[in-house]
Amino acid sequence: MDRVRDLASKRAAVIFTKSSCCMCHSIKALFYELGASPAVHELDQDSKGREMECALSGLGCNPTVPAVFIGGRYVGSAKDVISLHVDGSLKQMLINAKAIWF
Amino acid sequence: MADVSPRTDTSTDADTEDKNLRFQINQSQDMVASDGSDKYRDQKTLRRLAQNREAARKSRLRKKAYVQQLESSRMKLTQLEQELQRARQQGIFVSSSGDQSQSMGGNGALAFDVEYARWLEEHNRRINELRGAVNSHAGDGELRIIVDGVLAHYDSIFRIKGDAAKADVFHILSGMWKTPAERCFLWLGGFRSSELLKLLINHLEPLTEQQLSSINNLQQSSQQAEDALSQGMEALQQSLAETLAGSLGPSASSGNVANYMGQMAMAMGKLGTLEGFIRQADNLRQQTLQHMHHILTTRQSARALLAINDYFSRLRALSSLWLARPRE
Repeated sequence: MDRVRDLASKRAAVIFTKSSCCMCHSIKALFYELGASPAVHELDQDSKGREMECALSGLGCNPTVPAVFIGGRYVGSAKDVISLHVDGSLKQMLINAKAIWF
Repeated sequence: MADVSPRTDTSTDADTEDKNLRFQINQSQDMVASDGSDKYRDQKTLRRLAQNREAARKSRLRKKAYVQQLESSRMKLTQLEQELQRARQQGIFVSSSGDQSQSMGGNGALAFDVEYARWLEEHNRRINELRGAVNSHAGDGELRIIVDGVLAHYDSIFRIKGDAAKADVFHILSGMWKTPAERCFLWLGGFRSSELLKLLINHLEPLTEQQLSSINNLQQSSQQAEDALSQGMEALQQSLAETLAGSLGPSASSGNVANYMGQMAMAMGKLGTLEGFIRQADNLRQQTLQHMHHILTTRQSARALLAINDYFSRLRALSSLWLARPRE
């Protein structure tokens, strides 16, 4: 959990993924489209990946990847991110966290 | 000489059997009339033989009944196949028996098609109710109840689709449960919200500045989410292709067989993620409808829902016309 929180605080937008996960690819694409440059951490490439996955699961993230943090705060999984984008909240959160400017 | 062969053909009828029975009993009795003990033994034998013949006769009758049942089932099967063929030609949903390698999968598809048809019927009923209310200038309160009902009913089809995607993701993806013209516009197992909003913008006037801007934003967000999901699907396809291509190559050695199995397992895992994409696509559709309703007034929502329904009705009508078109 510490490693997750630590990594999540280092950048305005942080996404935990797995290299094989295609839904992660979608969420990354969405962030790029919005002009955000999220930090991407692939759990299957991280030595502490298994622990981190447990931590994310503990936060209620299901499936565990992609897991999105904005401004250090846990936002959710793909479904949450898409829902927030539809109602305009995602963009606002990114602006507030200074991940994007407009 | 008594001929006691128990085997005879199916066409023997009861009368002839009885005659044979009596004839054979009489013959045997003639043979052993001289000695008392022999007569007793032979009567036991006679009884046994008679019982055997009786059993054989009953067996033949059962066989005859069974064959008749098979014949009538065969006729029924032929009839059903013809109906199926006719239904397929009309473009009505029918999963082909070729897909029934897992009967669960086949049943899942058919069950969904039936549920969808039922949902559509109920949807049309609600839309007609809405149309009536709008045309008769019903009050906002009444309109809101009907509009909320239509939206809640949309929620139920997304739920049903979710369950169906778990059972048979390829059926949902195929769009075979929709009419041909609708299938033209299929995206990840359903309609594109962004396209729907583009169509609606002209039918929603008068809109306030705020509303116009919100609807445009919604359309843009919807499009962005759709593009993102499409990119994920492309990545999935590419990954799947690479996995399968990776198992091609020079002839089998035990290492290669293990490789093959491993790669098949990986490919199976990738196919498993398809359901997630359908789920997110449907979630996007659902959220877009909800947010659109949130931006609009009750009356505008009512008109929007009617316009959406009109559009899809036309697509379905087009499908019918297409299927019924005269051909060379």
